[in-house]
Amino acid sequence: MSNDARTDHDPFVDLQGSEEFAQLRSRFRKFVFPLTALFLAWYFLYVLLSTYAPGFMGTKVFGNVNIGLILGLGQFVSTFAITIIYVRWADREFDPRAAALAKTIGEDHR
Amino acid sequence: MSAAVAPTLVPMATNVGSPTLNITIFGVFVLITLGIVIRASRNNRSAADFYAGGRAFTGRQNGIAIAGDYLSAASFLGIAGAIALNGYDGFLYSIGFLVAWLVALLLVAELLRNAGKYTMADVLSFRLRQRPVRMAAAISTLAVCFFYLLAQMAGAGGLVALLLGIDDKAGQSLVIAVVGVLMIAYVLIGGMKGTTWVQIIKAVLLIIGAGVMFLWVLGKFGLNLSTLLGDAVQASGGKKVLDPGLQYGKSGLTKIDFISLSLALVLGTAGLPHVLMRFYTVPSSREARKSVEWAIWLIGIFYLFTLVLGYGAAALVGPKAIAAAPGKANSAAPLLAYELGGELLLGIISAVAFATILAVVAGLTITASASLSHDIYNSVIKEGTASAEEEVRVARITAVVIGIFAILGGILANGQNIAFLVALAFAIAASANLPTILYSLFWRRFNTRGALWSIYGGLVTALTLIVFSPVVSGKPVDAATGKSLSMLQGTDFHWFPLDNPGIVSIPLAFVLGWLGTVTSKEYNAAKYAEMEVRSLTGHGAEKATTH
Repeated sequence: MSNDARTDHDPFVDLQGSEEFAQLRSRFRKFVFPLTALFLAWYFLYVLLSTYAPGFMGTKVFGNVNIGLILGLGQFVSTFAITIIYVRWADREFDPRAAALAKTIGEDHR
Repeated sequence: MSAAVAPTLVPMATNVGSPTLNITIFGVFVLITLGIVIRASRNNRSAADFYAGGRAFTGRQNGIAIAGDYLSAASFLGIAGAIALNGYDGFLYSIGFLVAWLVALLLVAELLRNAGKYTMADVLSFRLRQRPVRMAAAISTLAVCFFYLLAQMAGAGGLVALLLGIDDKAGQSLVIAVVGVLMIAYVLIGGMKGTTWVQIIKAVLLIIGAGVMFLWVLGKFGLNLSTLLGDAVQASGGKKVLDPGLQYGKSGLTKIDFISLSLALVLGTAGLPHVLMRFYTVPSSREARKSVEWAIWLIGIFYLFTLVLGYGAAALVGPKAIAAAPGKANSAAPLLAYELGGELLLGIISAVAFATILAVVAGLTITASASLSHDIYNSVIKEGTASAEEEVRVARITAVVIGIFAILGGILANGQNIAFLVALAFAIAASANLPTILYSLFWRRFNTRGALWSIYGGLVTALTLIVFSPVVSGKPVDAATGKSLSMLQGTDFHWFPLDNPGIVSIPLAFVLGWLGTVTSKEYNAAKYAEMEVRSLTGHGAEKATTH
């Protein structure tokens, strides 16, 4: 690959270095990274509680339904909720900005 | 009349269901799907058609196909059975499998769709040195596919025993071979398009089948979950099936083992090559996002069904009857189907379970053959000079070879612990693939040495720890059966105490990726710029082929 030769006038390098692209990247990461940290933390909290606090998880809340079952179903709810939140955000907030930026380097040069 | 029955068709120990009916329903499924595959294949011309179904599937179609690919027999029969016998701990399993999809949704699917073409290696090698990284990515792709494939084929043997009443090894081997040949046919004729349609049909059947049973069970208990749970406890002889810990809470070691498994499950999915390859079958990153959205809903709802099916099987069939059936835990869902809807529902559920194996195996085969032809043959051996036609020709040949290996491997692995093989595939995916995927998408500085150390380090560590773990040798002999739960009997060379290597191999692979990167100066600024711009904005992403 002769990439190094064209580094100076590479449209990708130019765009990557631009203020607009930095904003797009930071917008994406600021949304996605905290959300990832959140669901991983919540998942491992649940795993650790199930492993090391079975007594607490076995506490009956109503009828035969216990805390463990409610928290487990809570994992389903949070997964569905994060999916809805992310897809909404990506469709409305991210896609238009990404598409606009993609246009600035013109049509595909392939 | 019995003389007319082939000697291999011995009635099942529990005498449940009609093998003839099961085979007939399955035969109808095969005929219908083969018809659709042949129709779908008429437009198969280019490499993008063969590997990526022309990138013409909608997000919804692909999402259903992903669910069809992901909900393997292990997760349908296995999880329902685990809940029926071990209660809450079986449920924990399904939660890991579901939450894992958020990693794919938030971090991987769209960026990968924008930057890649046909395989996982396309993205991993994008800004690094092509040949070594492609080779490494292809090897770990093949390793994951191999163990996953082996699990499915071995599972086919067990399923046959259970559903068709074929008890002897020769008869089971024959059925494994039939499954293998059918799968080769699907892949050769239909390519990714045909495989996708098989997965879509199977997912719809599986989810409807499980949904009907879900409503049926709840209906029997007056739509009262609490009553169902209470009856499940009673039928289990008062065992604490509603609390965590029955399976994993035995000792300090089993607890750490469970955490290790949880880690591998939640990080493995987004590193499974056959799942990643499905994102190339849609025209854009927006559709890739929609695919995962659909997949999460379908998979999540399905696992909620299995929760009720599992406890329902415990309450209505009883853990004793399940444990005594030929397929043990795996027979919980089919036995429940028989209890509810008699022979016909059992036949339908059995056929769906078979279809499940077929669809998953076809997806794995096309992934492995794409990696062999696109990554190893074209990029490494031919240095990118092979034409698309040549590549597809090689992919077809390798699909046949992989199919034959899968048949032989499945016959040899028949009777092995399926869950262990699947957990191994997830552990390898999480150790060898995911760190490099995340680093190359998000870490500017990442380079070839980091990728190679992480991929090979993760792969070798995971494999080594498995070989020297109790799953291979050294588990205590069970007094009741006189057999050890390990793969090998009468020998003990294990020194790694855990069944699942994830808790060691996954962090190690991340560390190795970092260490390799910081000790090497290589950095390709232009390619990184192209990759980052492409992956985030979608500029220059592969387009759908038009016919």
